[in-house]
Amino acid sequence: MYVAVKGGERAIDAAHAWLAEERRGDPAIPELTVAQIREQMALAVNRVMAEGSLYDPDLAALAIKQARGDLIEAVFLIRAYRTTLPRFGASRPVDTAAMAVDRRVSATFKDLPGGQVLGPTFDYTHRLLDFALMAESEVPPAPTAAAAAEPVPHVTGLLDRDGLIEAEPPGEDAPADLTRTPLELPADRALRLQALTRGDEGFVLSLAYSTQRGYGRTHAFVGELRIGRVAVEVELPELGFAVEIGEVELTECETVNQFKGSKTEPPQFTRGYGLVMGQSERKAISMSLVDRALRWQELGEDFTGAPAQDQEFVLSHCDNVQATGFLEHIKLPHYVDFQSELELVRRLRAEATALREAAE
Amino acid sequence: MNAPLTSPLAGGFADPARDAAHAFRAVLDAMARPGRIHAVSGGAAPGLSAAAATVLLTLTDATTALHLAGALDNDALRRWIAFHTGAPLAAAADAGFALGRWPDLQPVTRFRIGEPAFPDRSATLIVEVERLEPDGPRLTGPGIRDTARLSLPETAAFRANRALFPLGFDIILTCGDRLAALPRSTIVEDC
Amino acid sequence: MSQTEATARRRDWMSLLARAPAARLAALAPDLPTHELLRAPEIGAVMLEGRIGGTGSRFNLGEMTVTRCSVRLGDAVGHACVQGRDRDHARRAAVLDALLQGEQAGRIEARVIAPLRAEAQARRGARAEKAAATRVEFFTMMRGEDQ
Repeated sequence: MYVAVKGGERAIDAAHAWLAEERRGDPAIPELTVAQIREQMALAVNRVMAEGSLYDPDLAALAIKQARGDLIEAVFLIRAYRTTLPRFGASRPVDTAAMAVDRRVSATFKDLPGGQVLGPTFDYTHRLLDFALMAESEVPPAPTAAAAAEPVPHVTGLLDRDGLIEAEPPGEDAPADLTRTPLELPADRALRLQALTRGDEGFVLSLAYSTQRGYGRTHAFVGELRIGRVAVEVELPELGFAVEIGEVELTECETVNQFKGSKTEPPQFTRGYGLVMGQSERKAISMSLVDRALRWQELGEDFTGAPAQDQEFVLSHCDNVQATGFLEHIKLPHYVDFQSELELVRRLRAEATALREAAE
Repeated sequence: MNAPLTSPLAGGFADPARDAAHAFRAVLDAMARPGRIHAVSGGAAPGLSAAAATVLLTLTDATTALHLAGALDNDALRRWIAFHTGAPLAAAADAGFALGRWPDLQPVTRFRIGEPAFPDRSATLIVEVERLEPDGPRLTGPGIRDTARLSLPETAAFRANRALFPLGFDIILTCGDRLAALPRSTIVEDC
Repeated sequence: MSQTEATARRRDWMSLLARAPAARLAALAPDLPTHELLRAPEIGAVMLEGRIGGTGSRFNLGEMTVTRCSVRLGDAVGHACVQGRDRDHARRAAVLDALLQGEQAGRIEARVIAPLRAEAQARRGARAEKAAATRVEFFTMMRGEDQ
């Protein structure tokens, strides 16, 4: 017989104390500082900011420390914190054309204004473990070269001039916000992008990969990938004008997709878009592929039943805090639920036995 | 009455997190116990009672559309609201909150009452009254043990609102540094 | 000075004050004159917006922490809204915004704003120079059509 019971407070307190001790690890090893995590685990910090949907490198580093490096737990901590913040307003849309680029590459054009700038990339490393990092050492300064002062133009602008790619005219309507209004389907593209940019990197990556393997194929090229800093401008109501209040590091990916034309659209290139907080290249490329796959309806393409085309599937499952909350709750006490299941199985067995005996 | 304020920039909470938490608790209690009068403090806005100013500071921000009715729709108050709450001003039909004296809020059928799937998408009316005492029309319903009494400006509009339940608007009455609430669930009778 | 010019100058100094490292701002302006707090330093969030395709419709990218503060100093009212969660930074920026509207503007401009501007340019320049060193220079070996 299972019964609901109260208790466990002492056990929970002891579990928390032990958790704190395990988090600290061997006290003979120096403790990590939040600043060390922020500076040296920057890509983990970026991921926690992007999926936590809050740009604050110190808080993300703190969350990683507290979560013992469990990034989804850290995202959860950031999401919980952000609900305590009053919302002062919205920024002006960031101008990624004016980005101070650390990295900017195009897979579609070799020679282009502004050039191919590799930035601090893993791409050309040999993926061999560097045992020199086992010891602490000085890093020699990176080389420098004279820099041009002008902003780097968007690659898609080049195609746009010739009318070879669909236009993306500016829109000024305030976007719906899924942190304020529950998601209702069908969701417009703005809402889908908000969900994808804070979505789980692994989930968005796998969906994007599935489109490359044929499940909703979109024939994507990376038209441009850029990483760098953009200014954040906010309108201050008491002043009546906008002021730059800081800057954020962003990764932007724009895909150029082959498109044969449809009943409603002429043959031209179409676009997928990704924009993610921090240096988050894999996520930004994945986001732009999934964005493009989700656009089948507005472009008059066929629905092939691919998961990446199904917005209900994508948007309902891309959030790792929602997913882990629902998934992990099944390990918590379900004593009463299970009791009823147990009684049901016993009754069915008894009935089956009675039937069998009656038949004999 | 409040002393005239020299600037639309004064009159905010001194300790925003704590002051807002206290005021929020008072509004919550007032909604949970219709007719019961609570004292609140912390806000001071040009031409408003301290209670109404405190409610605005507590419940409104840049994401809550606010409608100003009648004489309260004036430049000094608009500037105070812009600085302290950032609440966008809106027409009656689009507002999440409305502020005014009872005659200026008429007809109250202009205000949002929610939708069957989302009854919460309704307006809360903050009504400045001359007098707020536990006498007058009889209140019964959720949150009231037997009956309560409250000096309401009228009863017909509240009876009509109750008939819409679970849709309808909610009311916060403010006077000086005191407030009371009349949620849509309360039954109002003349006596 | 026209209204637009005055607004442009104020936008410029407010941006430099907001984007300055908090510790550097404190070192440049350690002592603040007595002031009245109109809005005590308050931590909150601003929703960052992007545009689809970089140029199209607006969408929500996620929030960013900010701290804002407003002060009165004599006749001047100073405002600040700065990235992050540093209350002292917001308060110092608001007081300096008020000072820059008064008689001390010249002194503050020279002692605080000018160094911040130079340092901001240097920071930006240093990254741009490292990026420029990673720019690919293609060598075309031979092209058939050039023969």
